[in-house]
Amino acid sequence: MDAIARFFMKAGMMIRREKFTSELEEEMSFHREQKEKELREAGTAPEAAHHTAALEFGNPTRLKEQSYEVMGFRFEMVWQDLHFALRQLRRSLGFTSTAILMLALGIGASVAIFAFVDAALIKPLPYKDPTRLVDVTESAKVFPRANLSYEDYLDWKKRNKVFSVMEVYTGTGYLMNTPSGVEPVPAARVSAGFFRVLGVTPVLGRDFYDGEDQPGASDTVIVTYATWQARFGGRKDVIGQTVRLDGRPNTIVGVLPPSFQFAPRGNAEFWATLHRLSGCEKRRGCHNLYGVGRLKDGVTVPMALADMTSIAKQLEAQYPGTNRGQGASVKPLSEQIVGDIRSILLVLLGGAGLLLVIACVNVSSLLLVRSEARKREVAVRGALGASRARLVRQFATEALVLVIAGGALGLLCAYGAMQVLIRLLSKDMLSYMPYLGGIGLNAHVVAFAGMISLMAAVLFAAAPVLRLPLDQVREGLSDGGRTSAGTFWRRFGANLVVLELAVAVVLLVGAGLLGKSFYKLLHVELGFQPDHLATVQVVLPQTTYAKDPQVVSVSKQILERVSSLPGVKSAALTTMLPVSGNGNTNWIRFVGKPYNGEHNEVNQREVSSDYFKTLQAKLVAGRFFTEDDDASKPLVVVINKALARQYFPGEDPVGRKMGDTELTPKSLREIIGVVDDVKEGSLDSEIMPAQYDPINQNAESYISLVVRTSQDEKLILPALVGAIHEIDPGIGAMNEITMVQRINESQTAYLHRSSAWLVGGFAAMALVLGVVGLYGVIAYSVSQRTREIGVRMALGAQQSSVYRMILKEAGWLTGFGILAGLMCSIAVATLMRKLLFGIHTWDVSTLAAVALLLGVSTLLASYFPARRAASVNPVEALRAE
Amino acid sequence: MTKKSDLMPGTLDMMILKTLTRGPQHGYGIASSIKRASEDVLTVEEGSLYPALQRLLLQNWVKAEWRSTETNRRARYYTLTATGRKQLGLEHSRFEEMIAAIGRVMQDA
Repeated sequence: MDAIARFFMKAGMMIRREKFTSELEEEMSFHREQKEKELREAGTAPEAAHHTAALEFGNPTRLKEQSYEVMGFRFEMVWQDLHFALRQLRRSLGFTSTAILMLALGIGASVAIFAFVDAALIKPLPYKDPTRLVDVTESAKVFPRANLSYEDYLDWKKRNKVFSVMEVYTGTGYLMNTPSGVEPVPAARVSAGFFRVLGVTPVLGRDFYDGEDQPGASDTVIVTYATWQARFGGRKDVIGQTVRLDGRPNTIVGVLPPSFQFAPRGNAEFWATLHRLSGCEKRRGCHNLYGVGRLKDGVTVPMALADMTSIAKQLEAQYPGTNRGQGASVKPLSEQIVGDIRSILLVLLGGAGLLLVIACVNVSSLLLVRSEARKREVAVRGALGASRARLVRQFATEALVLVIAGGALGLLCAYGAMQVLIRLLSKDMLSYMPYLGGIGLNAHVVAFAGMISLMAAVLFAAAPVLRLPLDQVREGLSDGGRTSAGTFWRRFGANLVVLELAVAVVLLVGAGLLGKSFYKLLHVELGFQPDHLATVQVVLPQTTYAKDPQVVSVSKQILERVSSLPGVKSAALTTMLPVSGNGNTNWIRFVGKPYNGEHNEVNQREVSSDYFKTLQAKLVAGRFFTEDDDASKPLVVVINKALARQYFPGEDPVGRKMGDTELTPKSLREIIGVVDDVKEGSLDSEIMPAQYDPINQNAESYISLVVRTSQDEKLILPALVGAIHEIDPGIGAMNEITMVQRINESQTAYLHRSSAWLVGGFAAMALVLGVVGLYGVIAYSVSQRTREIGVRMALGAQQSSVYRMILKEAGWLTGFGILAGLMCSIAVATLMRKLLFGIHTWDVSTLAAVALLLGVSTLLASYFPARRAASVNPVEALRAE
Repeated sequence: MTKKSDLMPGTLDMMILKTLTRGPQHGYGIASSIKRASEDVLTVEEGSLYPALQRLLLQNWVKAEWRSTETNRRARYYTLTATGRKQLGLEHSRFEEMIAAIGRVMQDA
């Protein structure tokens, strides 16, 4: 008969199990009755006949079991194993819950971090053929990835042979007129083919036409799906409607799909074309764009870079004034988008992986100890006829139950951890990491969890099976086997503990280095006092304030109004707040100094007269601006110490003049003062030379207000916005935040903080697990050596020498573990060099602190078993055997 | 418990099939018939017949149906199927080959 028929027969038996049993019982009892009858007929006494019949028939329960086994499915046996495993695990609840918790911890941490890795690094960007997209920009000496100038872009687009399309984008902001007043909205300006290069098509309306980005084209915008829903109620008739941006009516022509994301301009609500070229875009020497290119078939990134570099060289020869030293940068778009967090995510994944290793090692050593304790049981079951395969299956089932429980709990923890971690990201930061938006337990993540669980299960099943001398059943039954087995385990378990401690050291050192980096980062020399500073972004509508004098006068009005608020000590304006990032640069040249034509790139900020006083930045030489330094007076400039050091070494810069690369007369400014280096770039960036121009001589409409307060700076934030709107409700005021918050929530601080905290968490758990592991090994060793210790003490060994013996054993293990760990951690620290700030990978105090911490913890962990060993009563110990 | 003599593995199935060539029989009948035919040498644990019968049922070498005995008791009667008969032939020849081989070994020794 074929397998299918057999299957149905078995299935029939399954379903009608009752019938099968009753029929089998009826058949068997018929058999016995017939036998009894026959015996009685042959003259046997009724009692004896009954007895003999039963005896000759055999054990009916066992026979029924055997019949089931013939007729039953394999999974029924599996079910039996499972049942037994659950009973075994329930019996030692302490062991079970410890093992499951440890596994859940390890698996949960790994899976949660993997979900982020998957979302950021594994999942492709949501564009057509995303691997062919590259980020194309210029490069300069101080900025490996600098902006692209519009004129250069046009030449690059025309001359390149490597891109099928090359488009550009830049961020911007608009003041949007709404019925309730103006509202600043983030936006982006792009070349016409921008969405086509990404392969994104609007869900509603149309894409930009070719040429719609040319000067003279009409004002059109495309809105994001979220904006369409939030601002326009998701109505279909939004296409063709106009929206007033910066006072100009713009026609909405399209709506982007809900899945659209573009991390570099993640928060942009409106997408316009470049057709109204800004002042910057009309000058070749002014850089404000980023490029996106689609590689032609067969073109690689290095080939594209070579082509763009040669074009940049041509332009350099053609336009030496503007293009001197301007190279090209081409890299995969995905690298540009996730570059910042790649290294931190990989470090975190490594940390979580190490924690998982410790957890697995701990659980396997628990299983090993348990298998020691269960050697008798196994031997008995083997003697009663359980086959080797069956015993192995039994252990595998137990391991599987543990791993499934641990894995399920771990998955749950991972889900919780993901939600917490995502919530820790500020909304603003999340908008620049849109790829993290869809994080959760997707197929990738669950598959990863399954994979590591499977690996753990194999390990746990193998550990006791390898250990069990299943062939030596008899030896196991006798008690003598114990001592040698104990020795084996002590040696093997000891190796595991060394591994565990070494891993714990690596994690602790990692956490120590990251924590110290973070501390250093937050205590980096800023050059100003960040406390008691409140800031607001201000946008002056160009329709109202078109001319420079208007801008200057309204700026003065804002400062006066804000200064009169209670609690305000001083107020100032700047075009860019400190700790925003290096950039917004100028090329300078000095009167009376040789010039080789190279670009001397310096940060350029336009600030009001009280700016340095408000920041409490120190004056090094000369003087700061006054309100009198306005457009009617000769142009002046304050430089920072770095600029003075670099261009005027050993000279007094005050009184010297500087200007643009051509030293155009109207660009010449007199240096009137030197200010201490203020950190303009991110916390971990280098100080760059900087020039500060009086804002009264360079009117700017996109500015930041910064206010020093005498009381809590947070309280004044609403009043600042109110004061600005009192002057003109049409002025945009947004992003009100204190300076300290700005610094603490900056991406650099966030990345360092989260890596320090997460790795710190992993390290703390690793420390606990490692110490518990050591305790387990020492305690087990003591319990195995009770007799030996008893003998020693009976022969006159002192308590102190027993202490010494046990602590020495622990000391060796710890010593090896710490030593191996320290060596590994120096190697590991080198790998995460990028995340460190202000310290060496071999920071001695961190290494020493970790060694001390682990040494003390392990000493404590081994003290308790040692005390138990020393208090062994020799008489009892010997009698017990 | 009396020690039951061990049978060569697989021979019980063969003997059951052989017994059933003489017509349908219930479990007890098969056991007594084997015992009688072997002149009380092969006293297998009688109950072990039943797992073996399940095995044969599953292979479709025998069929089972409930019938009344001469004394009007309900009993399950097993009948040899065509495939069962073929299987018996196969097992019988294999068994004879093995016995002959063992015999040769024992003689030479």
